[in-house]
Amino acid sequence: MSYIDPHVHMVSRTTDDYERMALAGCVAITEPAFWAGFDRSSPQGFFDYFRCLTETEPRRAAQYGIAHHSWLCINPKEAEDPVFAREVIALIPQFLDRPNVLGIGEIGLNKNSRHELEILEAHLQLAADRNLLVLVHTPHLEDKRKGTRLIMGAIRNQGRLDPGRVLVDHVEEHTVREVLDAGFWAGMTLYPDTKCTPQRAADVFEMHGTDRLWINSAGDWGASDPLAVPKCREEMRRRGHLEEVIRKVSFDNPRTFLSQSGRFRVEVAPTR
Amino acid sequence: MVPSTPSSSATPSLPLSRESVVDRYFLEHRAKVLDVAAFLDRVDRARPASAGGGEDARLRSLRAAVAILVDGQAERARRILELLSDPSTEPIAKAPMKGARGAWEGFGGGASPGGGR
Repeated sequence: MSYIDPHVHMVSRTTDDYERMALAGCVAITEPAFWAGFDRSSPQGFFDYFRCLTETEPRRAAQYGIAHHSWLCINPKEAEDPVFAREVIALIPQFLDRPNVLGIGEIGLNKNSRHELEILEAHLQLAADRNLLVLVHTPHLEDKRKGTRLIMGAIRNQGRLDPGRVLVDHVEEHTVREVLDAGFWAGMTLYPDTKCTPQRAADVFEMHGTDRLWINSAGDWGASDPLAVPKCREEMRRRGHLEEVIRKVSFDNPRTFLSQSGRFRVEVAPTR
Repeated sequence: MVPSTPSSSATPSLPLSRESVVDRYFLEHRAKVLDVAAFLDRVDRARPASAGGGEDARLRSLRAAVAILVDGQAERARRILELLSDPSTEPIAKAPMKGARGAWEGFGGGASPGGGR
């Protein structure tokens, strides 16, 4: 069964990972802009990163039959200097017409600071002005619940963004209900320690349903697993969930949300 | 361990019987409980960082989280995550670091969050 990993940072992964993902059934991915593990020293560093996300990674993925898409932004971990961050945001429009760009992301908050919020609002305005999809990063660990609420408030205050075109990612048991009840899409990230395990993600589907909810690996340079999505599918299968349910959360739901961009493509038949 | 009844697409409730869940997951979680116990023993055996310092907020949170495990109420995972969360609502002036510690620094111990959202 084919699947989509709608959040994975392949710039940090080896080509072997592309191969392993393809062998496991991955047919499409989306890669949000994120923190590289160090702060860039100039906006030009982001210019090159955006070229990587729109030129290099699509070529690398295509070698394994995986359709690659990207999201652009300056991530909240580098938003504490708002002057610098606004210089990066000014670079984004020239990349928005590239064929694999789906929208703005992963924007959001990290430590829930005022500057992070200011830069989040600037990204939201850009998304609203261009009618773009938005992929939201919610903070880690003890900062998540507060940050999720601040982010949803900022989106509501923006006033021109349809919650049905915004995915709030990294939800866990204490945030998923609020996000879905507010009309947003929600993503569960499958991490070994700091977010959801495949088992807990399956639990969340059983408790909160499968509508407007997806799973992703968010594989990156840290402790993470680019095969987390197929592992979660296997967990659901072992519990006895129907194939249509498993397909919905790992293929149909991401395809439905991402297709709103008009750019998302899956070139391999989903029954492969 | 064959699932009792397959779940529907609309409401994919857990298809397994309680016995099957215990059979399938017990050893994994027995090991995790032992890890928590060994971690707390390790903390006790370690040399204190400084005289007179209070217990680390993360440890206070963990002890309160363990109490939730055995309180017999539902949605333990959600309630533990809430216990570990920063309860404030306003943005902070400046980010003090990039990472997170895993538990709210101001946690005082004692009462655990109730069942309401």
